Amino acid sequence: MEAGLPHAARRRVAGLSALGESREVLGWALAAPAVALLLVFLAYPFLLGLWLSLTDSRIAETGRFVGLENFRYLLGDGVFRLAVLNTLLYAGVAVALKFVLGFALALLVNREFAGKRLVRAAMLLPWIVPTSLSALIFYWIYDSQFSVLTWILRSLGWISGPINYLGDPNLARASLIAANVWRGVPFFAIGLLAGLQTVPRELYEAAQMDGAGPWARFRFVTWPLVLPVSVVVTVFSTIMTVGDFQLIWIVTKGGPANATHLFGTLAYQRAIQGGFLGEGAAVAVFVLPVLVACVALAYRTLRRED
Amino acid sequence: MRAVARLIGFHLPLGAFLLFLLFPFYWMLVTALKPNRHLYDLTLNPLWTWSPTLDHLRKLLWETHFLPWMRNTLVISLGATALSLATALLAAYAIGRLRFRGSGLLGIAIFLTYLVPPVILFVPLSRIVSALGLWDRPAALVLTYPTFLVPFSVWLLLGYFRTLPPELEDCARVDGASRLQVMRYITFPLALPGILSCLIFAFTLSWNEYLYALVFLSSTDHKTVPVGLATELVTGDVFQWGPLMAGALLGSVPVALVYSLFVEHYVAALTGALKE
Repeated sequence: MEAGLPHAARRRVAGLSALGESREVLGWALAAPAVALLLVFLAYPFLLGLWLSLTDSRIAETGRFVGLENFRYLLGDGVFRLAVLNTLLYAGVAVALKFVLGFALALLVNREFAGKRLVRAAMLLPWIVPTSLSALIFYWIYDSQFSVLTWILRSLGWISGPINYLGDPNLARASLIAANVWRGVPFFAIGLLAGLQTVPRELYEAAQMDGAGPWARFRFVTWPLVLPVSVVVTVFSTIMTVGDFQLIWIVTKGGPANATHLFGTLAYQRAIQGGFLGEGAAVAVFVLPVLVACVALAYRTLRRED
Repeated sequence: MRAVARLIGFHLPLGAFLLFLLFPFYWMLVTALKPNRHLYDLTLNPLWTWSPTLDHLRKLLWETHFLPWMRNTLVISLGATALSLATALLAAYAIGRLRFRGSGLLGIAIFLTYLVPPVILFVPLSRIVSALGLWDRPAALVLTYPTFLVPFSVWLLLGYFRTLPPELEDCARVDGASRLQVMRYITFPLALPGILSCLIFAFTLSWNEYLYALVFLSSTDHKTVPVGLATELVTGDVFQWGPLMAGALLGSVPVALVYSLFVEHYVAALTGALKE
């Protein structure tokens, strides 16, 4: 095939294919497109975000360096402090509920029963469907006048008047947590189910032979073996919940009276809607400690397991 | 006795879970099919309608920008998925199979980028997107979605490559195939199920994305379904719940379809990504 090529070209082809045989050259060449994408659209914005948080940039103008001024301002800002508390509450309660309910669901569908495949497929639906669209469904479910929830509770005789789900700060928080739990339970269930399926049946039989009851079997057989996957699922979910945006933005926009802001929605409001890019970037930077803490915790737990 | 125990300990809780997880979908469906005069009538039982109508659907399709939104979402999702998958495949092969100097570190670095949530990135990214002249253009999303698709795909594919026996590739090498030929003709075909899982997952994640689409696109007919529905179907302060629920229904169909066709791959992708 190369016979017709001039000598120099033939040497170049040979040189190229020799390069193609070098692990180093070929390795970096193949990784290059992905690395380039991540450098330009992930690593660079990441650093730019840190830099912006130290400036007074507006949306159309480059700001100047102001040191920690944005952070100082935010720590004294009542709305931001409320957002911190709210993020802790939202993530703490939602992740805990998702874990408990997800685990219960995983244990249920880990059994043998008719229609198991169908149930397993159906239970994942809340997680598959676009969150923004399911957020709209919840917005409609939480309607102050025509809520189907209110109608059901009324028909059961549990309440008499309408409920203003999104009008009261605490009710709004609870409503959002419920919607977040709804979406996240399948993720926990399928992750923990995968963990449960790695537990060898013989272990249960051996434990039963040794006289272990259901609780002891769970505590000493199931739990230690699904702990690693539990940690991974919980860490992922915590990061995603702390970094949640769309559910809050669609249903309450951070209201009523800034009661349901998370870092993401507040950063959007300040940076994109308000134009204070530096301040918004600083709000988003506060997600970072949570991220690092989660990863460190997961790393330590998983290493101790090994 | 056993049957009663099974009912209380198994069927009831499972039924409660399914009711909780599936009721919102039922409510969406009923709302989408119910005529307006029944939708806002508090004296009727809202859970059922005896006079289903396609009015909301008609309104959604012909009086809103829903169809352009669907097309935009499809184009962007396919573009972002193709770009991410192509780059991730090459990178995963390089990291997993070539084991060049620094490949271990690169793998860990890519995994760490997987954990960076979009809320940290969207503010600075908005500046980069406008500096590149991509504001309000689909390319803005095709280029930024890989920030979460590539790390995920590389990670998933690395896990899948690890399950493939290296002997076949070694044989091909002994027979004189170049590394690229091995990659093209041996590794990739063997990894097809993993690639498919990746594809499905990446497509779903792109289709569902909201934050970047909200920030980087501004004109009505450039929007994606998730953003367009939530921002454009409000007249004044009034939500048009019928068309909105019809839109939520139709907007979920593509991912639900992909999901139902490839449930096994989907679950494999999800659990594979968790177990690594």
